[in-house]
Amino acid sequence: MYGYWNKFIDVDLTSGRVKVVSFDDDVLKKFIGGRGLGVWVLWRELGKVWESIDPLGPENILLVLTGPLTGFYPGAKVCVTGKSPQSNGVVGSTLSTELAIELRTAGYDGMIIRGSADKPTYLLIVNDHVELRDAKDMWGLEGRETINYIMNKVYPEIHKDFGPCNVPGYIYVGPAGERLVRTAAVMSKLTHAAGYGGYGAVMGSKKLKAIIVKGTGPLPEVANKDELINKLKELWGTLTKRSGLREWGTTSGIYNVGYETSSEPVKNWREEWHDRKELMISKFECSVWVKRFWSDFGCPIACMKLGKVVKDGRVFITDGPDYEMGAYLGTNLGIFDVKGLTYLSALADELGLDGINTGNVMGFVAELFERGILSRDDLGFELKWGDVDGFARLMRMIAFREGIGDLLAEGTYRAALKLSKVKGVDVTKYAVHVKGIAVGAHGVRSGSDYPRPFSYAASVQGGDHTSIASIPIEEGELRDIFYDSAVVCMFNFIDFNKLIEFYNVVTGANLTPKRWFKELGLRILHIQRTLLLIGGPDIYWDPRIHDDNPERFYEPLPTGPYSGKSLSRGEVREGVRKYYEAVGYDEFGIPKSDVLRSLSLKDVDEKLDEIRSRVKSSHVN
Amino acid sequence: MSSDKEVKHYWILRDFSRCSGCRLCEVVCSLEHEGRIWPEASRIRVMELFPGVNIPVLCSQCSDYPCVKSCPINALSVDDKTGAVIVDESKCDGCGVCIVSCPAKALKLHPAKRKVIVCDLCGGSPRCVEVCNSLGFNALRLVTKYADIAKAYATDPLKFHELIMEKLMGGQHVRLLE
Repeated sequence: MYGYWNKFIDVDLTSGRVKVVSFDDDVLKKFIGGRGLGVWVLWRELGKVWESIDPLGPENILLVLTGPLTGFYPGAKVCVTGKSPQSNGVVGSTLSTELAIELRTAGYDGMIIRGSADKPTYLLIVNDHVELRDAKDMWGLEGRETINYIMNKVYPEIHKDFGPCNVPGYIYVGPAGERLVRTAAVMSKLTHAAGYGGYGAVMGSKKLKAIIVKGTGPLPEVANKDELINKLKELWGTLTKRSGLREWGTTSGIYNVGYETSSEPVKNWREEWHDRKELMISKFECSVWVKRFWSDFGCPIACMKLGKVVKDGRVFITDGPDYEMGAYLGTNLGIFDVKGLTYLSALADELGLDGINTGNVMGFVAELFERGILSRDDLGFELKWGDVDGFARLMRMIAFREGIGDLLAEGTYRAALKLSKVKGVDVTKYAVHVKGIAVGAHGVRSGSDYPRPFSYAASVQGGDHTSIASIPIEEGELRDIFYDSAVVCMFNFIDFNKLIEFYNVVTGANLTPKRWFKELGLRILHIQRTLLLIGGPDIYWDPRIHDDNPERFYEPLPTGPYSGKSLSRGEVREGVRKYYEAVGYDEFGIPKSDVLRSLSLKDVDEKLDEIRSRVKSSHVN
Repeated sequence: MSSDKEVKHYWILRDFSRCSGCRLCEVVCSLEHEGRIWPEASRIRVMELFPGVNIPVLCSQCSDYPCVKSCPINALSVDDKTGAVIVDESKCDGCGVCIVSCPAKALKLHPAKRKVIVCDLCGGSPRCVEVCNSLGFNALRLVTKYADIAKAYATDPLKFHELIMEKLMGGQHVRLLE
């Protein structure tokens, strides 16, 4: 098929075996790439034994996949996936990185990583040379040092062999991933993270410190080159005019989402409104940004802004910080200080932590401390809202699993379950997550932001704000699955019909939006949903209980123009029910037999019989 | 002092602080010269040794053309109209002497053909400048060649990297490349 090499590197870290594999064209047509293809590989290889697969065991498979649009469509990304140590299902977690373009120019569309190495290892790919190497000198390094190592030790070698070539692309884990912290991200370029899903911990569990790729070839042939160039030029023009993202990135949201739409987490989501003018965009621009336009390969928007702060004489660098970091490592912790939250964002980057899930668990801890459920004895120090140094200390404890950090490294939900037992008081009601995944910093109570009351509750990726359930289904996760499969940046969205046209021009397929929403997208969603419902081995989801919002969202907003607003349980239940109907789940939230059969998913249907009896035999009040 | 002839030449100005690292210059350059998106076959490249420090690397058209002088088989020449270095592919045997002679590391071997490739200014209207301007970044601009400006920019990109990184992010504990 055009747009692919149809070559995937398949590595078994246990035995050290490396091979190159291909898929039938039919598989690529149906599952596209990225998240879709990942879901298919995971179902095919692990589906029968999914429940017993420990996401942090050698039996899990880590996938790093591009899609047919990678390198062509503006903004090169990979999709990282596998069995998630957060949800026990599958999360398609995308990451902007030059590794994407290097992988494609080396002649591959992705990597399938199995097993676990017996010692720290990194994977080096230079065109058709694929090698597993000892990473003992890299193990333990934080983000900046890891990049220094790659550029000082690995790049010169490639440079020597291939003449003056450009730098390689790379992804890696920080100390948090090495320690199997469930909120650890797969990182790239210091500040870029595949955060949702916890795949940094999966990579760490395989003792895989980094993947470094250099390709010197072209991108694969496309079906209609002239039309592709026309479309690209048109697209560059369209995207360049998106002044919001281009000029101010998502950083402007740190004030605006709180002030305008009342949907920003403040102090573990107790509030979602603030009017802290010290967080207005101009403050970031004047005191933090050292560079206004920063892009990944092929992106004319350049939504990233390079931010720098000096803390205790040390320089910290991050991008923006972007909205999610500013919200979760700022307002959610009661921090309304531009430099303070920029520092925490940079620190999360250095440690290889996902700022969303880590900021979520830290807000949870701060609330428990305030409520007296956790004490100075538990933490080793006092933790107050707004205490930048306190949260920095806590973040390090999580990354290195020190003290209570060891428990918090399990993520908000698992930590809440354990703390409820230890403290003899139910603290899960303060955990703001869905399916073990922190809810993105776009609340639903005010009703003025983009997610619906049931968007997180019914989503196959839980709290992930980049893949939400919505009605009409064309505006929700079925669309997001295409972004993550093709693989394109959702900030570079265009009209969906045009995006499908772009895909057809590259691949030569004749996909229609209708067929995507009625068949291809639906098939991926139903398999992904099935794997989420099987879950295990440590946590299971019952849709009647867990297809719901965090308790907090049923408390009225205490402040701001939407003060008093909360979700009603009836409204959420009704939304979830309607969504089930729209995508073909039954009343219990399980994919319907006839829908699966019509999608040629007989094996999925048969596997679901186990879940059907599990759900129906348990009683819910 | 530059000759009159040299002053008339256009020159691609690179503004390091404005380069976003989008590398669409590489995309259009490789489309122009290779008919495919092929970053390593692009005559311009943007190096990012450290995140956010984006260094466009391309030929400066040095007034003394060390590359042209170094070629043992006269495969390189200077275009009268533009001042660009032109490679005669039928002659070049990929020996790499010119690559070593270039102070800016702007020349390289084509990854497949193994012949030297270098910016030819697209005959006077460089595609890289066009796209960079159309996107509003203006990290590359076409200006009139000024005195010996070319030589000032014919510098190892690693050196530029070090300076720009120090300027953007400098301070105690920022480790530069070894």
